[in-house]
Amino acid sequence: MTLPVWRPTAEQTALKGRARQLAYVRGFFADRDVLEVETPVLGRHGVTDLNLDSISADVSVQGQSGGWLQTSPEYHMKRLLAAGSGPIFQVSKVFRDGERGSRHNPEFSMLEWYRPGFDDQALMNEVADLVCGWLDCDRPKQLTYRDALITLAQVDPFEISDEALKQRCEEWLDPAQLADMGRDGCLDLIMSFVVEPNLGRACPEFLTAYPASQAALARTSEHNGERTAHRFELYIDGLELCNGYWELTDFCEQRRRFEVDNHLREQAGKPAMAKDEAFLAAIEAGLPDCAGVALGLDRLLMLKLGTRDIAEVLSFPFERA
Amino acid sequence: MASYSTNEFRGGLKVLLDGDPCIILENEYVKPGKGQAFNRVKLRNLNSNRVWERTFKSGESLEAADVVDLDMEYLYTDGEFWHFMMTDGSFEQHAADAKAVGDTVKWLKEQDVYTVTLYNGAPLSVTPPNFVELEVVDTDPGMKGDTAQGGSKPATLSTGAVVNVPLFITIGEVLKVDTRSGEYVGRVKSS
Repeated sequence: MTLPVWRPTAEQTALKGRARQLAYVRGFFADRDVLEVETPVLGRHGVTDLNLDSISADVSVQGQSGGWLQTSPEYHMKRLLAAGSGPIFQVSKVFRDGERGSRHNPEFSMLEWYRPGFDDQALMNEVADLVCGWLDCDRPKQLTYRDALITLAQVDPFEISDEALKQRCEEWLDPAQLADMGRDGCLDLIMSFVVEPNLGRACPEFLTAYPASQAALARTSEHNGERTAHRFELYIDGLELCNGYWELTDFCEQRRRFEVDNHLREQAGKPAMAKDEAFLAAIEAGLPDCAGVALGLDRLLMLKLGTRDIAEVLSFPFERA
Repeated sequence: MASYSTNEFRGGLKVLLDGDPCIILENEYVKPGKGQAFNRVKLRNLNSNRVWERTFKSGESLEAADVVDLDMEYLYTDGEFWHFMMTDGSFEQHAADAKAVGDTVKWLKEQDVYTVTLYNGAPLSVTPPNFVELEVVDTDPGMKGDTAQGGSKPATLSTGAVVNVPLFITIGEVLKVDTRSGEYVGRVKSS
């Protein structure tokens, strides 16, 4: 790129598209009586997720030192829900270390919303309303994680042996690289290189029923004899657009998952993250039955404008920021 | 030697892979939202000139390769080696073998400056400037009345390179040639 470094990478049409998209989103939720909220971008805790790296902030205030840029407003929004906020949405900047590519920037715009009383099916309907109303696309179809891997990669994620799974991954990584990779890491590899590029090609597709080990903060249940997560992602033209859950409300299970996460982080040589006790206390006090979803607004705009590079919808990607 | 983690990968970075010096051409970052991140990397092996495609788990690292590009003046060949001299006033000389010189041999003119890539201090490759100016030593006679339009013929240049030139070009003229495409650009006015 020969563009002088001070110039934005987004053209004027993209800046206008972003403004229109934001107005559309706010109108969508105003019509449905979902309250817009703001929660901290700078928090005192990061996340325990194995594959999300929070960016630390050098903060010192009234004897408190250290902070983290939030990877998603999830914990704070759930505290609002526990305090009786009712349905809420937020448009916020979120931060993830190490993420830069044609679909990633370490700082990006997230639309996150929560619906008390909804399950994953009801929320998928609402996601479809929002996305199709903006992109003017077909309503998404649903496809289970298992069916997607069987159809597109000839791998049954629940049946394949560890050994066969690793052998399959030797198409991309050598045995030394695979040695310390678990099942989920291997599945992520197949997902990234074989499955994802082919999802949502003919029409938008929701991927559902993730393996329980990839539940993150979704509740799980038995599905065709396998424990799966009430988690969904929407794919359009091979682009992952959102990630939603029928939320976990079980306090003990929530605490256990944090501990499992930290155990996995330590195994991977990453620092354990302090558990956000205020968040856990809110779950213990009682998170209402709800479903929630996080949607990447930069990617939604990429689809709207038909671009394949996130830089074209960002005023200044990190290297120019 | 330093090493680079996948977060530092970018086009132009020189790294060691399977013991060979490579230059990174492209680095594609892939990550499912909640999943493990990978880097799909295209590299050119600077020894074989082959392009490799490799996948790395984000966070893996590669050793840096001691590869530097330096400007050097071409001096002469003894038939086995082509001798170059640093242009920084040090008069330091380096001898490149046929493999390092490769196709660039047909653009080598004494006293012109080339980019010599050194790996662990020894010439790995020689790159000509994008444009060189060379004299025509052989071509069919120019036909009277020919104009700039229409028709071309081969012309042999002083270094042995053969390029297609317009019919009006004659022996002894100096031509500007694009070394990337091997195409004739124009005549150089004699001063």
